[in-house]
Amino acid sequence: MSADSTSTYLSAAECTEIDHEISHAPTPAAVAIDALKIVQAHRGWVSDDSLTALAEYLGMSAAELDGIATFYSLIYRKPVGEQVISLCDSVTCWIKGYDRLQAHISGRLGVGLGETTADNKYTFLPAPCLGACDRAPVMMLGDDLHQDLDEKKLDQILQSGSFNKGGEV
Amino acid sequence: MSDRPLTININAARDATDINGYEATGGYQALRKVLAQMSPADCLTAVKDSGLRGRGGAGFPTGMKWSFVPMDNVSPGHKYLICNADEMEPGTFKDRLLLECDPHQLIEGMIISAYTIQADVAYIFIRHEYHLAIKLLKQAIADCHARGYLGDNIQGSGFNLQMYVHSSAGRYICGEETALISSLEGKRANPRAKPPFPQVSGLWGRPTIVNNVETLCNIPHILKHGGEWFQNLGIGADAGTKLFGVSGRVKNPGCWELPMGTPIRELIEEHAGGMQDGYQLKGFLPGGASTDFLVPEHLDLAMDYDVIGKAGSRLGTGTMIILDDQTCPVGMVKNLIDFFAQESCGFCTPCRDGLPWSGQVLGDIDSGNGIPADLKTLQQQVKFIGAIGNTHCALAPGAMEPLQSALKYFADDFQQHIDGKACPYCDTPAVAMEA
Amino acid sequence: MPTIYIDDQPYEVPEGDNVLQACLSAGLDLPYFCWHPAMGSVGACRQCALVQFRDEQDTQGRIVMGCMTPVAEGARFSMQGPDASEFRSKIIQSLMLNHPHDCPVCAEGGECHLQDMTVMVGHRKRSYRGRKNTHRNQYLGPLVHHEMNRCIACYRCTRYYNDYAGGTDLAAQGAHDHVYFGRQQDGVLESEFAGNLVEVCPTGVFTDKPLVNDYTRKWDLQSAPSVCVGCALGCNTSVGERYGKLKRIHNRYNTEVNNYFLCDRGRYGGNFVNDESRPLFAGLRNQQQRYDAIEQQQALDTLAEWCGTGRRVAAIGSPRASLESNYLLRRLVGVENFNSGMADHEAALLSQVHGLLASNGVVTPSLQQVEHADAVFILGEDVTNTAPRLALALRQSVRSKAFELAAELKIPVWQDEAVRVLAQQQRSPLHIVAMSDTRLDDVAASTAAHSPDDIARLGYAVAAALDNSLPAIEDLASDLQSRAQQIADDLRSASRPLVISGTASQSAAVIDAAAAIARALSQTDKMLSFCLPEANSLGVAMLADAQQPSFSELTRRSNNGEIDTLLVLENDLYRRAPQSSVEALLKNAGKVVVLDCVDTATMSCSALALPTASFAEAEGTLVSSEARAQRYYPAFLPAEQRQPAWQWLKQMGQQLQPARFDPLPHFDDITAACAADCPALSRIAEAGPNAGFRIRGLKVPRQPHRYSGRTAMLSNHNVHEPKQPVDEDTPLAFTMEGASGARPGALLPFVWAPGWNSNQSVHKFQSRVGGPVSGGTAGVRLIEPQQEVSHSVLPPQPVFTASDAVLWLLPLHRIFGSDELSARAPAVAELVSQPFIQLNTTSAHRLNLNEGDYAILSWADTRCEVQVQINDAIPDGCAGYGMDLPGAAWLPPDTHASITAADGGSDV
Ligand SMILES: Cc1cc2nc3c(=O)[nH]c(=O)nc-3n(C[C@H](O)[C@H](O)[C@H](O)COP(=O)(O)O)c2cc1C
Ligand code: SF4
Ligand code: FES
Repeated sequence: MSADSTSTYLSAAECTEIDHEISHAPTPAAVAIDALKIVQAHRGWVSDDSLTALAEYLGMSAAELDGIATFYSLIYRKPVGEQVISLCDSVTCWIKGYDRLQAHISGRLGVGLGETTADNKYTFLPAPCLGACDRAPVMMLGDDLHQDLDEKKLDQILQSGSFNKGGEV
Repeated sequence: MSDRPLTININAARDATDINGYEATGGYQALRKVLAQMSPADCLTAVKDSGLRGRGGAGFPTGMKWSFVPMDNVSPGHKYLICNADEMEPGTFKDRLLLECDPHQLIEGMIISAYTIQADVAYIFIRHEYHLAIKLLKQAIADCHARGYLGDNIQGSGFNLQMYVHSSAGRYICGEETALISSLEGKRANPRAKPPFPQVSGLWGRPTIVNNVETLCNIPHILKHGGEWFQNLGIGADAGTKLFGVSGRVKNPGCWELPMGTPIRELIEEHAGGMQDGYQLKGFLPGGASTDFLVPEHLDLAMDYDVIGKAGSRLGTGTMIILDDQTCPVGMVKNLIDFFAQESCGFCTPCRDGLPWSGQVLGDIDSGNGIPADLKTLQQQVKFIGAIGNTHCALAPGAMEPLQSALKYFADDFQQHIDGKACPYCDTPAVAMEA
Repeated sequence: MPTIYIDDQPYEVPEGDNVLQACLSAGLDLPYFCWHPAMGSVGACRQCALVQFRDEQDTQGRIVMGCMTPVAEGARFSMQGPDASEFRSKIIQSLMLNHPHDCPVCAEGGECHLQDMTVMVGHRKRSYRGRKNTHRNQYLGPLVHHEMNRCIACYRCTRYYNDYAGGTDLAAQGAHDHVYFGRQQDGVLESEFAGNLVEVCPTGVFTDKPLVNDYTRKWDLQSAPSVCVGCALGCNTSVGERYGKLKRIHNRYNTEVNNYFLCDRGRYGGNFVNDESRPLFAGLRNQQQRYDAIEQQQALDTLAEWCGTGRRVAAIGSPRASLESNYLLRRLVGVENFNSGMADHEAALLSQVHGLLASNGVVTPSLQQVEHADAVFILGEDVTNTAPRLALALRQSVRSKAFELAAELKIPVWQDEAVRVLAQQQRSPLHIVAMSDTRLDDVAASTAAHSPDDIARLGYAVAAALDNSLPAIEDLASDLQSRAQQIADDLRSASRPLVISGTASQSAAVIDAAAAIARALSQTDKMLSFCLPEANSLGVAMLADAQQPSFSELTRRSNNGEIDTLLVLENDLYRRAPQSSVEALLKNAGKVVVLDCVDTATMSCSALALPTASFAEAEGTLVSSEARAQRYYPAFLPAEQRQPAWQWLKQMGQQLQPARFDPLPHFDDITAACAADCPALSRIAEAGPNAGFRIRGLKVPRQPHRYSGRTAMLSNHNVHEPKQPVDEDTPLAFTMEGASGARPGALLPFVWAPGWNSNQSVHKFQSRVGGPVSGGTAGVRLIEPQQEVSHSVLPPQPVFTASDAVLWLLPLHRIFGSDELSARAPAVAELVSQPFIQLNTTSAHRLNLNEGDYAILSWADTRCEVQVQINDAIPDGCAGYGMDLPGAAWLPPDTHASITAADGGSDV
C-alpha cells in the first residue's frame, strides 16, 4: 500500500499504471473502471477523496465516476478489512451447503455478510457464482480460490491466515 | 486429428503458457496457414461451413454473425473483436478450464477471427475473479508479441492486431454482449438496444464481434481441419464438440469435452458418476442458471440445441445443475431469482422491479408465508418478464426460465409449502447431515 | 405516409416516427415514461408496450415497445388487446412497488405523469407484500428539490441533464433496484438548465423548490401565457398565480422558440414579481425627501400639472418595457422628446443589428433552426450567460454530425442511445471566439479568447477566407490565420452554417465582422443570429425614429435646463451610464417621474413614482432577438395602485391630450396605433389574438376546471365571494369556464387534457407529437430575409496590445445576476456571485496581484474594490468584470481601468 486510502492525490505508482491504461484508450475517461481497480488495489478501497482525485485525473465528473464505481460490485466504496472473504452464494454452492458455511463463518468471526471484523482482519461478503461449481461449495479469500469447503476446511483456512492480498488488475 | 480438439493440449504436466509446447503440438499452424494462404472471405466461408454455433449460451451461428460485419472499409476506423470471458452464469465453469489450461488456443483463435473480420484491436473481457487466467493470458500475449503472432505486420502478412486483457469489476450483466461493450468503454454496464447490432455499431460505435471463449477456441481447429471434419465431430444434428459440465449432488462433478449430441444420461450417469448415494435425481437445468428445468423423463435426449429447445429448455452453456430430491425446488428457484435480481443492471422496469418482486413472493412461499394467490402472481410474472422483447435485454427472460419450468414440474412442492405453511424440505436429516 | 393498423383501425402516420409517437399523434392514449419527444427513445420503462402481429393471420403477436418500433407500411398492432393492457398494468404495478404513498404531500400531486399513467392502466390494487426501498435525499441548491423515494427509474433526469443539457454533476448511481439519481455529494446543481428537471421528471423526485416552499397545486393556479423577460430570446412561459403571488413559471411549448425547455434564469427569475420592496402606491416626494402615498387621481392631476402646456417634457423609454408602453410614452411627449432608454453606444449597436437583420440577406434563425445548424461560429459571446436558451439549442446543433452518421446506417433519429453511441465524440463544428472561456467550450471544435478588437480581426479574416474580394487582414498571427482558415472551411462545407454574435463585446466591429462572414457564405440556408441584452431591445430599436434624441442629447438638454419634466419608463438609468452623468441628468431635469414595477436607484431620484404592473400582471408585446413579436398576458390583476405602464400613460394622455388618446381605449387599440405609426412593427398585432378572439363564442379560461376554493380564498376578508374581474383587454378570462381543446399557441395558459393532468398533456395540443401547436405557433416574425443590400465592411481594427498601465475592461455576463430583474428573486439571489474581476496570470503578474487579492479598480471617476480571480482564458491586458461590479452595470465600450492592490489586500 503505497498511498494512504484517504490521500487526495494519486500516487506516482497509481498514475503510472493508469497512464499505461490510458495509452491505449481513446479517452482517459474510457479507463475509468481500470483506474478504479488500480486505485483500489493500492488503497484497499475507493474513498470519496480518492474518487474525486481520480475523477479529476480522468477529466470526468465525480458524479459520473461514482455512478460507475457504485454500479460494479467489486469496487468497494467503503473500507474493507485486510482480507475479503467472498463466499459463493449461487445455486450449486447453495445446494451444497452455503447456508451452513455462511453461519459457520459468521459465528467464527462474529460478523454478518457485508461486515468487517472488529480487528479489521476480515470483511465477509457474498459472491455470485465463482465458476467452480464442480468443486462447490467454494469461496475466495483475497485472490485465492478455496474449493470443496466444509466447516473443518474453513477453520483451517481461517486459522492459517495465509492469503494472497490481491492487487492483480 | 483428435476428436477432442479443445482439450487435446490440456495436460496438467504442461505449463499452460508454454508457447513452445503449444507450437510443438501444432499450435499456431492454423494461423500461419490462414495468413499465408487464405483471404478473410475464405476464412469466413470455412467457419460458415463448419456449422459452429456460439458457445456463450444463445447458440447463434458464428459464421453468420461475422458476415454482418461491413468489409468494404468505406468508413475508415477500427474494428474490434472481443472475447467474452465473463463466465458468471451460475453453474457455468467451462471457460475457466480453457482459459487456465490453454490460453494460446484462445489467442490463436482470436487472431484468426480478427483476421477474418479484419479487426485490428482485440479484447479479452474477463471476470475479475479469474486471477490465474488473467496472469496466464497476459503472459501468453507477451510471448505472442515476441514471436510475431501479435502486433504489426503479423508473420509478414501485413495484418496488424493489438490484443488487450480487460478484467471486469464484477456484475453478471457484463456478460451480455452489449453491456460488455458499455463496460469496455468504461461506463455503467447497461445493455444497448438492438438494432443497431454490434457488428455494425459496437465498441466506440465501430463494427464489433463478441464471441465466447469456447467459440473462439474452436476456430483454429476448424481452419486447420476444415468444416466437414468439424461437422462430423458432432453425433447429433449439431457440429463439433462441446465442453459439458455437471454440478450438484453427483458423485463426480466436472467438465468434459464431448461430441455435440451426447445424451444427457451419459453425461450424468457415466461422466458425472451418477447421483450421490442417498439422493435421487429430481430435475436439472441443462445449460446453466437461465435455462428451464428438465426432469428424469428427458434423460435420453441428446445435448443438441434444437433437441433441448424442443423439450422446452435451452442448451445454454451446456453446464448442467442437478436438483436432487432432498433440495427444495422453491428454495433453489428463489436462490436463482435472487441472483438475477441482484445482478439486474437496473435499466428496465420488468427486470429491475419485477425480479425482486418474484423473489419476495418466492421467499414468502419458501418460509411458509405463501398464500394461494402467490402462484398466480408467479405465473403472471413469468408471462410478464419471461418473453424476449418484454425487457431491454435477455437477462430477465433468462431469469424466468427456471421459475417457469419449476412451476410446471414442481407444482406439488409449491402447493405443499403453501398448504403446510412451511418448507417440507427443511430439517430433513439428509440436508443436515451433508458433508 | 405509411399506414399502420392499431386494433384493426388504419392510421396514416408520419414516415420515420416510432409507433409511440404515431399513437400519440393519432390521439391514442398509450402510456409511457422514459420516452421524451425532445430526447427520443431508450426503451427503459417498457411502459409503451403494444402487441405486434406479423400479418393479418397472426393472432398471437408479440410484445414490442412502441417507442422502439419504427412505423412501417402495413404494420399491425394491438394496443387494447388483453396481453398489451395486462403488460402495461404490470409495469405500473412494478413501478409502484417502491413508490411511496405520499401523493397528498407530494408537490407533483395533481399534475403527476405517474398518477396519470397509473389511472390510465387501471392499476388500483396492491398485492406486493415486501418492504419498500428507501433512499436519502440530497440538497441540490435553491432551485430544485429532491425526493428520491418517489423515483421510478425512468432515466429521464440523467438523460436530460447529461446527454441533452451537457451537465456532469448528476448521474445514475448504484445498480439493480437500488439505482439512485443524484450528485456525488450534496450541492448546488451546476447546470444553468437544471430547472427543467422539474418538468422532465414524470413524478415528484425533482420539484420546483421555490414552489414547494410556498405551495399551490396545479389545479389551484391561475395561469396566463407569458414571455420570459430574462433575456432577449423571448422564451414562451406559463405563469401560475395564487393569492396574488407568482407561484411558478413553467415552459410554454413553442416549436420554434423554446420547445420543451427553459433556462433557470427564466424559470426562477420571474419571482422578482413577489418582491416586497416593489412599489404599491403612487408616491409623491415631500419636503423631507420621503414619499407620501397618494390617490391615483391625485397622481394623474400632478402629472397633468407637470406635463401640461408650456412644460418642456422629455421621456426615456425602456428595452425591458413593452412596445405598447414605449409607444404610448413616445406618443405622449413626441418623437423629438423621446429616447428609447439605451446609452448611445448600446443604441448604436442595436440599430446596427437591426439594420443588418433587415438587409443582410441572411435568415435570422429561430431556436429550432439553430438546433439544426451543422456548423456554428460564435464571435464575442458566452452564449450560456447572455442568451442561455440558445446555448441549449447549440448543444443540440453539434449533434447534426451524429444524425448524419445515423442516417447512413438508417438508424432513426429517435434511437437516442444508438445515435449517441455511433457518433461518440464526433460533432459538427462549433467554433467559439469569445472574451473568456465559455460554458459551451466542452462541445466546441475550437475555442479562443481575445479582446473585442482581435475577435473582429479574426472574424474579418474568416470573411476574407470565404470571399477573396474582401480585404485580407494584414499582420494576423499565423496561428490565427490558420484558425480563420479552418473556421471558414467548416462553415463553407456545412449545409446550414450559423454565425452568432451580439452586443456582449460592445463592439460594432465584431458585429460587422459576423455579418460579413454570413454574407460571404454562399449557402441558401445560412443563418446569422445576434444575442441582445434585454427582452425588448430589438423592439425599441425597431420603434426608434431618426428624429429621436440620443441619450447624451437628452442629458445635454437636461443639464442645460431645457427639461422641465422627465418621464422615465421602467428603466434604471444607473445601469445605462456612469453614475455622475445620470445624477446630473436627473438633478437638472426639473420634475422626474418614474414609472416602474421594481424599486430602482432611478426611482429613488423621482419626484413622483408610479407603480407599474410586472410582466405577470400586464399585457404587452415584446420583440425577441429573432425579431419575433410575442404577446404576454396578465396572469393576475396587480395589487393596489399598480397597473400596466401603458394604462398609466393612457390615462395621462386622456387627461392631457384627449383627442390623441381617447381613440385608444384598449390595449389592442394601442398595439394597432403603434403598428400603424411604425412600419417596421406593422405586423405586431398578429403576435397574439386580440381581445375579441373567441373559441365557439367563449373566452379562454385562466383557471383550470378543477380550480378550488374561489369562494373561500378571500373569506378571511369578506364572506361574500367577490365577482371575478372582467378582462376587457385580452381574450382570457379570470374564470374556470370557457373554451377548451385546441387553441392558438399564444393562448395556452396551461396544458391539461382529460386523463393527462401533467405537462405531458402538451401533445394533446400539438398537431403531431413534437410538432407545432395545432392552433398555430405563437408570435410573428417581423423580419424575413430581404434581398441583400450592399454593405461596406468597417475598417479593420488595430492589433490590440496589452499595456502595463491599464487593463481593458470586458464585461463577463452571468446567467444569475447580470440582468436587472432576476436576481431580485430570492432563490436566484443565492446563486449570484460576488463582484469580481478576472485577469490572466501574465497580467496579474505584471500588476503584482494574486488570486483572492483585493484590488482597487479605477476608471473615469469611478473607483471600486474587487476581489481578483485568476483566469488564464482572459486575454492578456484585459480584465473581465462581473456585471454586478458596483456602478458598472453598463460600462461603455473601450473602458480602460487602472488597477492597484488594495491596502491590506495583496501582501506583495
Ligand atoms: C445476462 C447475460 C449474460 C451473459 N453472460 C455471458 C457470459 O458470461 N459469457 C458469454 O460468453 N456469453 C454470455 N452471454 C451471451 C452473450 O450476450 C453473447 O451472446 C455471447 O457472448 C456471444 O458469443 P457466442 O456467439 O460465441 O456464443 C450472456 C447473455 C446474457 C443475456
Ligand atoms: S433485463 Fe433490463 S434491467 Fe435487466 S439487466 Fe437487462 S436491461 Fe438491465
Ligand atoms: S416510453 Fe417506451 S419504453 Fe419507456
